[in-house]
Amino acid sequence: MGPFKIVVCVKAVPDPKKGSPSFDPVTKTVRRAAQDLVMNLLDRHAVEEALRIRGGFGGKVTVVSMGPPEAMPVLKESLALGVDRAVLLSDRAFAGADTLATSKTLALGIRKLGQFDLVLAGSESSDGATGQVGPQLAEILGIPFVPKAVKIELYNGAKPGPSSIDHTECGEGVFAMVTGEVECGLREYRVRLPALFTVSRKINEPKGVTMMGILGSRGKEVEVLGAADIGASPGEVGAKGSPTLIRAVEGPPPGRQGEIISGDPDEAVRALVEKLRAKGVLV
Amino acid sequence: MDFKLTEEQEMIKKSAREFAETVIAPKVAAMEETDEMPEEILKGLGEYGFLGLTIPTEYGGNGLGHVARMIVLEEIGRVSAAVAMTLQVLALGIEPIVQFGTEEQKNKYLPGLAKGELFSTVAVTEASGGSDPTAAQTRAHKEGDEWVINGRKVFITNAHLADVATVFARTADEPKPSFSCFLLEKGMEGFRPGRKEHKVGFKGCDTGDLIMENCRVPESQMLGKEGDGLKIALKAISEVGRPGMTGCALGILAASLEAAVKFANERILYGKPISKLQAIQFKIANMYTDLEAARLLAWRAAALKDRGERCDVEMAMAKVFSSEAAVRAANAAVEIHGGYGCMMEYPTQRYLRDASLLAPSAGTSDIMRIVIARAALG
Repeated sequence: MGPFKIVVCVKAVPDPKKGSPSFDPVTKTVRRAAQDLVMNLLDRHAVEEALRIRGGFGGKVTVVSMGPPEAMPVLKESLALGVDRAVLLSDRAFAGADTLATSKTLALGIRKLGQFDLVLAGSESSDGATGQVGPQLAEILGIPFVPKAVKIELYNGAKPGPSSIDHTECGEGVFAMVTGEVECGLREYRVRLPALFTVSRKINEPKGVTMMGILGSRGKEVEVLGAADIGASPGEVGAKGSPTLIRAVEGPPPGRQGEIISGDPDEAVRALVEKLRAKGVLV
Repeated sequence: MDFKLTEEQEMIKKSAREFAETVIAPKVAAMEETDEMPEEILKGLGEYGFLGLTIPTEYGGNGLGHVARMIVLEEIGRVSAAVAMTLQVLALGIEPIVQFGTEEQKNKYLPGLAKGELFSTVAVTEASGGSDPTAAQTRAHKEGDEWVINGRKVFITNAHLADVATVFARTADEPKPSFSCFLLEKGMEGFRPGRKEHKVGFKGCDTGDLIMENCRVPESQMLGKEGDGLKIALKAISEVGRPGMTGCALGILAASLEAAVKFANERILYGKPISKLQAIQFKIANMYTDLEAARLLAWRAAALKDRGERCDVEMAMAKVFSSEAAVRAANAAVEIHGGYGCMMEYPTQRYLRDASLLAPSAGTSDIMRIVIARAALG
């Protein structure tokens, strides 16, 4: 077994601090090149987690992103954060990809990089926010998936962890104890690696890029791979490989409207109860 | 000639902005209130590597240099000129050790200074004035193998914070006054910080006295050679102290412009935002031009320093222009805000108070003009 390999999928998104993203009215996709791109915040948590795991478990961290050449500074930033390798999957043929084509492209890119043990990603992007790429990618790679991890612990072999789960059946290999968010709380999973986990923002506090990190990334280049490099056939990536058709892009509906019922408290309560009955909230 | 920041410099700028906005910004109000520098900020300056910019890598720094430092100071100064001032004087304290320290002195202090485990300053100014350092009354005389130092320094930034200070003292009167620099450490017998100043701006940035009362130090605490004091002090002040003030000025300029633009776009008068009025537009155009001009002067001077070329005149030009431009910009921002400009809830009053401290520090505007005129007149 070679060194433990962690792949982190990151996305370059329009800087959320600079207002809402703009949409191309023709392709109905987010205009990426038009704005300053930053690393999707949840992906930064994923990078931080990969670096944390590397710190304890050893291994190599590779960041992979599909995006236009404008995404390059985001990949450079990941090198300054301390990852070992950064790969940008960039090709005109990848343009206009929906989440399925994106997942396929990422899967081809990750497979091209060789053996891997763990794939991490943010649970969703701040622009598209579908949350679909993580699970789709796991499905294509044929590995287990846990969404919205808040805690990841790795064990070599059947070493009992701090949880109440019986580890005796685990056998050989590296496995992870993962705590993930579910609708009503947290769920703990035991997963044999390789696997893919998306992370929640609660998993850690990402550290910023330091001057030492910038100095350390000098001379490290971002590798760029195109469709031919990863063996993608034209029909399965980009707009051609995307079954999703966006009919229209609209702004969100106007915000919820508040109503203040003033006057005598007893009457106000009666009026409120009436309104709730009328809406069918109270019967 | 390429005036664009490199990819690496863009990353440095982004890192400093993120630090300023996430770590410093939430503390600014408390700093204004208490005039104290929060521990988390000092710790962060070390963790992010902002203290190691001018320290070579062999001594634990990152050595990214003076253009990088200028970029960092602007970003930090944009959020808090007080933090930028503290940081700039920490680099001022580092410079004499980098330039003139013995191998032993460098190894003793620089790694700690780079990490933020130690803090430093330079102490030249006395009650007799800062513009004429040769009037300094602090004296050091030799007794056996030791130097005995007596005197009082005033208006010293980081006076209470500094663990190690480069102290400028008179070591001879005849045949002519001669000065030397000593590295004094916090806790040395006979060396202590005194009065803490209450300034109109830079709230949270420590300024005060340093008092030497029969402070005895071995020869190994002398920095450079006996009689090198003036050279050491002036080189550090002109090549690191002045660009440091320029960095603070750039921050105030950028912040003033941003605040003015935001307010002018939001404030409705005569049925439209006041940014539609030429009277406001012209003020903003001047602020913007001043900021860009100040940046170019600052970056060019810093690039000369990074290349090891002479840069004292360029540093003086950048310092006088940027510090006066920052006062103009802060004043314009206050005017654009109208009555709100006078209110403590708006940051513009802070920019104006902070800007007023730029000119007197590290050489007044008049001293800068003397340096520049000397170069122009030959």
